[in-house]
Amino acid sequence: MKKLFYYLLLGTFFGFVMTKSEAISWYRIQEMFRFESFHMYGIIGTAVVLGAIGIALMKRFDLKTYNGAELSLKDKDYSIPRYLFGGTIFGLGWALTGACPGPMFTLLGQGIWAIGIVILSATLGTYCYGALRSRLPH
Amino acid sequence: MSTIYYYLSTSWHWSVSGALIALTMFLLLYAGRTFGVSSNLRTMCAIAGAGKRHEFFRIDWKEQRWNLMFIGGAVIGGFLAFFVFPNPDPVKISAATVTWLEGLGVTPPAATGTSSSYVPPELFATDQIFTLRGLVSLVGGGILIGFGTRWAGGCTSGHAISGLSNLQLPSLIAVVGFFIGGLLMSWVFLPYILSL
Repeated sequence: MKKLFYYLLLGTFFGFVMTKSEAISWYRIQEMFRFESFHMYGIIGTAVVLGAIGIALMKRFDLKTYNGAELSLKDKDYSIPRYLFGGTIFGLGWALTGACPGPMFTLLGQGIWAIGIVILSATLGTYCYGALRSRLPH
Repeated sequence: MSTIYYYLSTSWHWSVSGALIALTMFLLLYAGRTFGVSSNLRTMCAIAGAGKRHEFFRIDWKEQRWNLMFIGGAVIGGFLAFFVFPNPDPVKISAATVTWLEGLGVTPPAATGTSSSYVPPELFATDQIFTLRGLVSLVGGGILIGFGTRWAGGCTSGHAISGLSNLQLPSLIAVVGFFIGGLLMSWVFLPYILSL
C-alpha cells in the first residue's frame, strides 16, 4: 500500500508539471505541429537530453533500483512497420485531440469532462488493436 | 509565501518542465518501473474482461496497479494545478498560431472563462459531446490514439521520452510516425473537421 502511494504521489507531481508546462494544452500541440514556437520542442528536448545523460550515467555506474534489482531498460525489438504505421495513427489522434495518454488524465482532473469520451474511445481503440493484432504487420 | 504561490501558479519555462519530466522518469526507473502511460489503456481493457476474447489482454493486471495509481495521481495533479494554483494568464501561444486559429473560427486561449483554459471550447465544451464535430474529434481522435499507441508499442512518454533517452532506434521511428500523423492532421484534416 505504501508503495502504491509513492506512484500516486509521483503521478500527482507529473500531472502538476504537465499543466504548468502547458504540454496538456491543445493550443500548444497545434503550435508545435505548425512549427510556430520552440516551447514544446524545448520541453521534449530538455527531457530527452537530460534523460539520455542520466540513463547513460545510470548504466555506466551500474545503478540498481531501490531494492537492488536491475533497472527496467530493455532494448526494443527492431522493426519498421509497427512503429511507423502505429506512430502515424497515434500522431493523427494526438494532433486532433491535442492530448496524448498522460495529459488526457490530467485534463480530466481539470474538469474537462469531454476528455472522458477521449479516454473511453482510446480504450476502445486499444481493444480494437488487441482484436486485430494478428492481422497487422509488426 | 505569496512568492511560492506565484511560482506554483504561473506557467513554467520549458527547460524547468523538461527537467521535471526527466526527473519523473528517473524516479520511476529507480522504483523498477518504466515511464509509459499508454499501457494503462491495455490494463483497462484487461480489467473490463477483454482477456476472455483476445489473448493480448490476458495479462495479470494487478501487476499494473502502480501505473493505474500513477494516472490517478495525474488526475489529482491536474486538479491541483488548475483549481488550487490556477494560472492567471492564458496560454501564451505565438501570434501566428492565434491568427491561424481565428481564421478557423477557434477561440484563442482563455478569451472566455475565469481561469486560463488549455483547450478550445469548440471541441471540449461539454455540450460538444453531442455535436458531429465533437463526436468525430473526441471519439475518432481517441480511437486513433488508443489503436496507434498500442500498435507502435508506446506513446509520447514511452517512446519520445523513455525510448529516445535510452537511445532506442525503434522509438525514433515511432516519433517520426507521430510527426507524420500530427502534421497531416494539423495541416490537412483539422480545418475540415473543425468546419463540421
